[in-house]
Amino acid sequence: MTDKDRLVPDEGLAPASTVLPAAAGPLEEFTRPPRSQWREVWGQFKSHKGALYGGILFVLIIGWVYLGPLLWHLDPTLINIRARNQGPSLAHPFGTDQLGRDTFARMMAGGKTSVSVGITAMLLALGLGSLVGVLAGFFKRLDGLLMRMTDLFLALPLLPLLLVMMLLFREPLNAAFGPEQGIFILIVVSIGVTSWMPTARIVRGDVLAIKEREFVLAARSIGTRNSMMILRHILPNVLSPIMVSATLGIATAIITESSLSFLGLGFPPDFPTWGRLLFDATDYLQQYPERVIWPGLAISLTVLSVNYLGDGLRDALDPRIRGR
Amino acid sequence: MLTFTVRRLVLAVPTLLFISLVLFLLLELAPGDPMAQVPLTVPPEVKEKMREALGLGQPGYVRFWKWLVQFFWIEPQVLIDHYLGTSFSEGDLRVISWQTRSPVMDIVIQRIPQTLWVVGTAYVVGVLIALPIGIYSAYRQYSWFDQAGTFVSMIGFSVPPFFSGVLVIVIFSVNLGWFPSIYDTTHKVVDWDSFVIQLRQMIMPVMVLALQITAQISRFMRASMLDNLNQDYVRTARAKGLGEKTVVLVHVLRNSMIPVVTVIALGVPSIFGGAIITEQVFKVNGIGQLLIGAIQANDLPMVQTLTFIFAVLIVLFNLIADVLYGLLDPRIRYD
Amino acid sequence: MKIKSLLLGAIASSALATTAMAERGSDGTVNIIYWQAPSIMTPYLSGGTKDIEASSLVLEPLGRYDPEGNLVPFLAEEIPTVENGGVSADLTSITWKLKPGLKWSDGSPVTSADPVFTAEYCMHPEGGCAQLSKYDGVKSVEALDDLTVKVTFERPMPNPYGPFMGAQSPILQKAQFQNCLGAKAPECTDANFAPIGTGPFMVDEFRPNDVISLSANPNYRDPAKPAFAKVNFKGGGDATAAGRAVLETGEYDYAWNLQLAPEVIAQMAAAGKGTPVSAFGTLVERIEMNLTDPSPSLPDDVRATRKAPHPILSDLRVRKALSMAIDRELLTEIGYGQAGRPTCNLVPAPALYASPNTDCLTQDIEGAKALLEEAGWTVGADGVREKDGMKLKLLYQTSTNAVRQDFQALIKQWWSEIGVETELRNLSGSVFFGGDPGSPDTFQKFYADVEMYANNFDGTDPQAYLSMYRCGNEPKPSSQWQGENINRFCDPEYDKLLDELAQTGELAKRGEIAIRLNEMLTKDSYTIVPLVDRGRVSAHSNTLGGVRLNTWDSELWNAADWYRIK
Repeated sequence: MTDKDRLVPDEGLAPASTVLPAAAGPLEEFTRPPRSQWREVWGQFKSHKGALYGGILFVLIIGWVYLGPLLWHLDPTLINIRARNQGPSLAHPFGTDQLGRDTFARMMAGGKTSVSVGITAMLLALGLGSLVGVLAGFFKRLDGLLMRMTDLFLALPLLPLLLVMMLLFREPLNAAFGPEQGIFILIVVSIGVTSWMPTARIVRGDVLAIKEREFVLAARSIGTRNSMMILRHILPNVLSPIMVSATLGIATAIITESSLSFLGLGFPPDFPTWGRLLFDATDYLQQYPERVIWPGLAISLTVLSVNYLGDGLRDALDPRIRGR
Repeated sequence: MLTFTVRRLVLAVPTLLFISLVLFLLLELAPGDPMAQVPLTVPPEVKEKMREALGLGQPGYVRFWKWLVQFFWIEPQVLIDHYLGTSFSEGDLRVISWQTRSPVMDIVIQRIPQTLWVVGTAYVVGVLIALPIGIYSAYRQYSWFDQAGTFVSMIGFSVPPFFSGVLVIVIFSVNLGWFPSIYDTTHKVVDWDSFVIQLRQMIMPVMVLALQITAQISRFMRASMLDNLNQDYVRTARAKGLGEKTVVLVHVLRNSMIPVVTVIALGVPSIFGGAIITEQVFKVNGIGQLLIGAIQANDLPMVQTLTFIFAVLIVLFNLIADVLYGLLDPRIRYD
Repeated sequence: MKIKSLLLGAIASSALATTAMAERGSDGTVNIIYWQAPSIMTPYLSGGTKDIEASSLVLEPLGRYDPEGNLVPFLAEEIPTVENGGVSADLTSITWKLKPGLKWSDGSPVTSADPVFTAEYCMHPEGGCAQLSKYDGVKSVEALDDLTVKVTFERPMPNPYGPFMGAQSPILQKAQFQNCLGAKAPECTDANFAPIGTGPFMVDEFRPNDVISLSANPNYRDPAKPAFAKVNFKGGGDATAAGRAVLETGEYDYAWNLQLAPEVIAQMAAAGKGTPVSAFGTLVERIEMNLTDPSPSLPDDVRATRKAPHPILSDLRVRKALSMAIDRELLTEIGYGQAGRPTCNLVPAPALYASPNTDCLTQDIEGAKALLEEAGWTVGADGVREKDGMKLKLLYQTSTNAVRQDFQALIKQWWSEIGVETELRNLSGSVFFGGDPGSPDTFQKFYADVEMYANNFDGTDPQAYLSMYRCGNEPKPSSQWQGENINRFCDPEYDKLLDELAQTGELAKRGEIAIRLNEMLTKDSYTIVPLVDRGRVSAHSNTLGGVRLNTWDSELWNAADWYRIK
């Protein structure tokens, strides 16, 4: 085993199929048919309890917010003023709000928006951040320019930026995609372009260190091209900070969306989101504590499940940990 | 490394000038009007007159040039005057806020103490808690401690301060009556008793803020430690017979610090940016509250100055982070 | 000329303010919290309510309005009227007499030079004075002797109480501000932050947008007042937190303008530390109908101007149906509780000017449907009415505010019941109420079909308020989208009545005309659909005595009379 390790020092994904699963022992290895890299990854992922439960929880949440409304027919915007401020009951499992709207239906509708915004904006920020970070860290010539651009974006105040984006793009987007899709794109893009910078800085820092390692030198000496180098050698080694950024990014995106709503820059007011539900309920914290608990719990569970999912994925993709 | 630092510092000047231009253009382009908070009972002609009095009638480039001169030429003179008792700046117009009609820098200086007390303390506390948690969580991955840490930090990170702040106020101020719900910015610490009062009024905002900071930094610390704990050099170090403490706290920690240093360096400017929501909830009225208030009131000179100071800090601390990379990992070279 | 009836009460009520007579400064500190923090201590450089009210602790006008809307002399001996000869018979001049022996907080005497200077200060063409409209029509202000000031107007003024009356136009000290005229006004930071005044308190330290520390004025005209030695005036946060600090934790004594859901206030008050108080003024939450077409397909110089009448809302029947579908009682109950009452009027008070109209108070969904049928709008396949291939679809915008968003949701539902589809939009208040001609989202530009906000008028006379709806005063491209006739309402009859109002001095007659004008905008044309007459809710702690909530002047108008209940 030590021999193997010395042969392929510090590599990420590349040698995964050739490395012996450490705990499997030599005998088993020779008796089992060779497995593909992705099956190996899946095997590791499965055995990671946190990841498995995280994954199941995540799928459940997604299923609930997307498929739930098919089974639960109450309209989240329907006002029934006689039934306002009710506690949980059979007709309204989560109770009703100050206008008599069904909180259960609003939670599902809000979840759909929040989860989509959270994940899309996170992916956008992550993609942008990793791209800028890797390029800046790897290519010395781009470093100065890209990092000064990062500084610029870090310095831009979010609120005026959003106002300008609303001013410039709301009407064209409304015309092209309709009011709801248009605002969705606008919000996702605005959260994305204002939150990629920390990821970029972190990834760059790691890349700077990694590209001086011996295995990169080794790879270069056998003529690996830059694109290959980044994809197979650099990226897998900066995966863990990216994963952490991803989990934190979802929470940030969901909460940023809510702060946009109450500044009047977010979705139309009849469009519930988790962040908004939480914000609206904060005033009623003492009277109706359950109203803050539902959205608070939903956001936390989503973030927690993504976190464990990310943890498992990272471990599964790391051949050194795999099988431990 | 020295030449690198000097070069970067020199390069920072055009960068910052460019940033200030972009900021100015952004604020110019943003819809909004300093008269938005004036009641509707004030007729439009009067509002127009008020706008003219603010200098809004002049073209944008004139106003930008004025701001540059005021900020880079007159404000430093004021500072010199203040310390040396000279009178270089007499009669010169400083950067004046549209809301308060007073020099922006005076207000900024007035706001710094409470921001440092609350946000700064929270940051230090947060970092000091986060590092050990992150290290131990990684060292004992999937232990009871690690799971609990993950759970608490993730919940902590997903609960926004506009909720957690109100929650602690309801618990500790309203129900228990332990701490004041409103921060007194005029309170001065002179002796032990007044220090205790200061501590009591700080404890809730610091708690709320530190939770977020801890959550974030401990996650990065843990992930980075995990990456390094399985590296060959760790095995080598152990094989050499080094103590476990030395291996983890010297060898692994040092190599794991790069992403953490980045995150911490990114966070320091935001101390000065203040914590907008937390400051609002606890009425700390620091720089964050100043900035959001200025943005809402479309007080352009104030927003421009604050965001620019913020930009200077960002450029500076990112440079510090870059220098630290080189110290942590001597293989990283910039020259 | 019967201004007298209004004024006699004023003089009488000023004598009523009695408190447990204590000596000055014996009651320690009073803590006041405003969730919007004051940024300057003079009303002349900022029109913001928070700034006007904070400065009213220090600066005083010659006369104020009391909680009933009567005029009360403060620095003046009495309120000048035609009867007592203070106002000339032709209504073109008013002569004020100062109380003798008044002193500024620095000990120097108050003379007629100070009001004269104040007028000069505000009317300076380069000063950008926020209260310039108070000095509208003033030809000259002169000192007749040390204690007498005469204001002469260019034309007869049925309401001559613009200058020096109310919290918006207090008297500044000439000695302090004489170098701050015109363009220099904003440079006088020290004076703007700590003006020398005649009020019960004077500024010790002013931290803009944060805290003001004040202490009792040693030269205040009543030697027994104020009862408090210090004022700690904190700003910032939000209404919930301010309410909590007074009603639940008892840290503060007075919280201003608690715009909170009624049940939240009730819950806080149940803690027993303080009491919410409410009073009504002229603030009316209303829906404004756009009479012009805001369609984005129109060219910029036509969109939302009188060149393009609104395709749907130009029909009176549609506007009336929209109003009939609204249940104002319910809106009030949900949004404002004791701080609101349903109204059908644009001018809800004072009684003299308020129309008795209550037609709109009963919701009538069936009637609204019938009216829309009559107008030719028939229900289409998806439940939305159509006419000539056009759908009855409206864009409904307002500023961002929890109560307004609840109102939007409720009204959207009622309108959908009568077959009107509504798209909602909420906009940040700093953009919506700003006059940036480059922004499409200002309330003046009105790029929507209907919009909701609240407005009121200063003082007790609605003439200027009703004049906003004069034809030609609408926001339009040629006026940089400035203008107050938001609906683009245009009726020659209305303009004629306005002119008549401007020339009428007799109160009863003025009332009649104003009621007529109000009805032309509301129940006759449904151009403006009033919803709720919004009161003001503030809260004081149970140990703070002497609070008389005033919506016609500063809320802190009688801070000199406040005392600690022991």
